[in-house]
Amino acid sequence: MLTISADLRAKILAHARADHPDEACGVIAGRAGGNRPERFIPMLNAERSPTFYRFDSLEQLRVWREMDDRDEEPVVIYHSHTATEAYPSRTDISYASEPGAHYVLVSTRNQEQDEFRSFRILDGEVTEEDVTIAPE
Amino acid sequence: MAIEVRIPTILRSYTGGQKAVEGSGATLEEVFADLDGRYEGLRERLIDDSGVRRFLNVYLNDEDVRFLGGLSAPVSDGDTVTVLPAVAGGAR
Repeated sequence: MLTISADLRAKILAHARADHPDEACGVIAGRAGGNRPERFIPMLNAERSPTFYRFDSLEQLRVWREMDDRDEEPVVIYHSHTATEAYPSRTDISYASEPGAHYVLVSTRNQEQDEFRSFRILDGEVTEEDVTIAPE
Repeated sequence: MAIEVRIPTILRSYTGGQKAVEGSGATLEEVFADLDGRYEGLRERLIDDSGVRRFLNVYLNDEDVRFLGGLSAPVSDGDTVTVLPAVAGGAR
């Protein structure tokens, strides 16, 4: 189960809406081993594409070092789909390589309706999990 | 000549759980070959026939090695090599 604050959930959705029709992506860092997303880090989509995303490699190095220095880890890795459902694609699954992370997908295909879902992706296997909104 | 190689979580099963290991060599390719002697199978997870695997980012100090000549990038004592899984995906 992913437990996340309403504020962080809203930040992910706002980032996805702002970058639409391109895919948006980012990380929420949290204390290592704590399983609690805390620090919102929107990332550049180096591909600037409506169907693909990739973290800029140098930005990723900087952010990952910063997390290391602060004893954090990427608790949530999020990205948006802009014309399809919020469910991991084959490409998402093949790249997924943080076994401890919650992979959050949102979809901006419907202007009126938010889609926000969370998954574990381990050895090519996708498991959807419940999302609980935590009190601030 | 020691070069520190930082290993991501997903590959630590090859290094007995260590976050960083030390290797030696004059190029990145030699360092990975050297590591493979002690951490069997690691090299194959890092590179394939075309160079650094598509799903990984490899950095020499602060640079992505793709901009430094890839596996033939020269390394020297005190350098740090960082391996991170590329974070990518998308609807298609």
